[in-house]
Amino acid sequence: MRFSGAIAAALLAAGVVGAAEIPQAERRSGYDFMKPDTKAMQDEDTANPGMLWVLDGEALWKRKAGGADKACADCHDDARTSMKGVAARYPAFDKTTGRPLDLEQRINSCRTNQQQATPLPFESRELLALTAFIARQSQGAPIETGADPQLAPFIAKGRELYMQRQGQLNLACANCHDDNWDKKLAGAAITQAHPTGYPLYRLEWQSLGSLQRRLRACISGIRAQAYDHGAPELVELELYLMSRARRMVMEAPGVRP
Amino acid sequence: MARSRIHIGIWLAGVAVAAPCPASAQALQPYAVVGDAIPEPLTNTRGDATRGRALVVERSSTCILCHNGPFPEQKFQGDLAPDLSGSGSRWSEGQLRLRLVDASRLNPATIMPSYYRLDGLNRVGTPWRGRPILSAEQIEDIVAYLVTLRE
Ligand code: HEC
Ligand code: HEC
Repeated sequence: MRFSGAIAAALLAAGVVGAAEIPQAERRSGYDFMKPDTKAMQDEDTANPGMLWVLDGEALWKRKAGGADKACADCHDDARTSMKGVAARYPAFDKTTGRPLDLEQRINSCRTNQQQATPLPFESRELLALTAFIARQSQGAPIETGADPQLAPFIAKGRELYMQRQGQLNLACANCHDDNWDKKLAGAAITQAHPTGYPLYRLEWQSLGSLQRRLRACISGIRAQAYDHGAPELVELELYLMSRARRMVMEAPGVRP
Repeated sequence: MARSRIHIGIWLAGVAVAAPCPASAQALQPYAVVGDAIPEPLTNTRGDATRGRALVVERSSTCILCHNGPFPEQKFQGDLAPDLSGSGSRWSEGQLRLRLVDASRLNPATIMPSYYRLDGLNRVGTPWRGRPILSAEQIEDIVAYLVTLRE
């Protein structure tokens, strides 16, 4: 007892918060915190603005591109079968780089290596569309990210970052999302930060956005230095959050206020 | 697809603007902690309670992200922290000053940021680096306002 108290004190001094993880039975999607009309907007395909990106993505899936003049469909056929459950396992370990890749990076590695095309910029309409289309094929599937043991050290790094106080406001992700998820920050529900719905449509953004966009917003929210899109730290955070949400159900494209 | 816009506002709207902060990179005023208080003001001139109230309700000061209080005109207030109503009857001016300057001295696990501190921070973003969240003058204005909150 005294021993663990001493550890907690040492961690505190290092700016690491010792938050308790949210038990499986209490895990709640950001969806649960929304008003009924926003929930309805996510639930109905005809009302969900994210479906416009999904439709665009379906067209891009079939369009030939790059020096190889190949479409995604030329290698992967019908996404409805080949991409089922895939997004629910991302970020995933990439043997070539020896690191985790998120879904956007995987799409771009296919573009570069298989299609011989230029990578799509982060947050571009095309990359969001392809990501949304692929993620949609996992709607309703349980998240399985992190099962590969090679990911363990990267999950640990993401967790460390999540627990680390940072920025001028000196807050850790865990201070809000583990310790205060039932509360409100200036009227906004804090939520448990489970990335079940990405890419998702935010009313505030008036657009679809990636999980990295969301993470960068929270990081500059606490007035810390935001990592660049694609930075290893952001992928590690995505990986930790997805593995933390294991067995929760995929709902992309989600809608959030 | 037309629907009611639920606009909650960006929770830290001050961010993108990175307003030219009066507390530009400069050394902090020295202060003395006595017990759980900083009895002496950080500035030579007294704080102004009217300016202090305006600062407390302004989002870029960050107070009402977490706190609520007697601000009926503010629709969006936080509930992560105690209601500021009655602060002036619970705490002396000096106690309030230390709570603003560096609440972590009183409770190392607090989530309340230290508004007048530069050390011990990690990965501060460029627009905010090397300056405290609030200037000494702003702290004094806010303290002057908080002591008026008697009920
Ligand atoms: C000061 C409180 C606070 C801190 C610290 C914070 N967040 Fe958030 N976060 C929020 C709020 C509030 C929202 C809800 C969206 C909004 O209103 O802006 C949110 C939303 C999210 C979401 C979206 C959840 C969904 O359902 O779509 C994720 C993921 C997330 N945060 C991750 C993080 C990570 C990772 C960190 C640390 C790098 C972090 N947050 C730090 C307050 C915080
Ligand atoms: C990220 C959250 C957060 C922010 C931002 C914040 N506070 Fe606090 N504040 C707290 C918490 C939590 C407490 C409760 C005591 C503790 O944990 O140290 C507190 C305590 C206080 C108290 C003592 C309240 C009492 O009666 O016990 C005062 C006064 C106060 N804060 C004023 C302010 C002012 C003024 C600002 C802005 C300049 C501010 N706070 C910003 C979280 C916050």
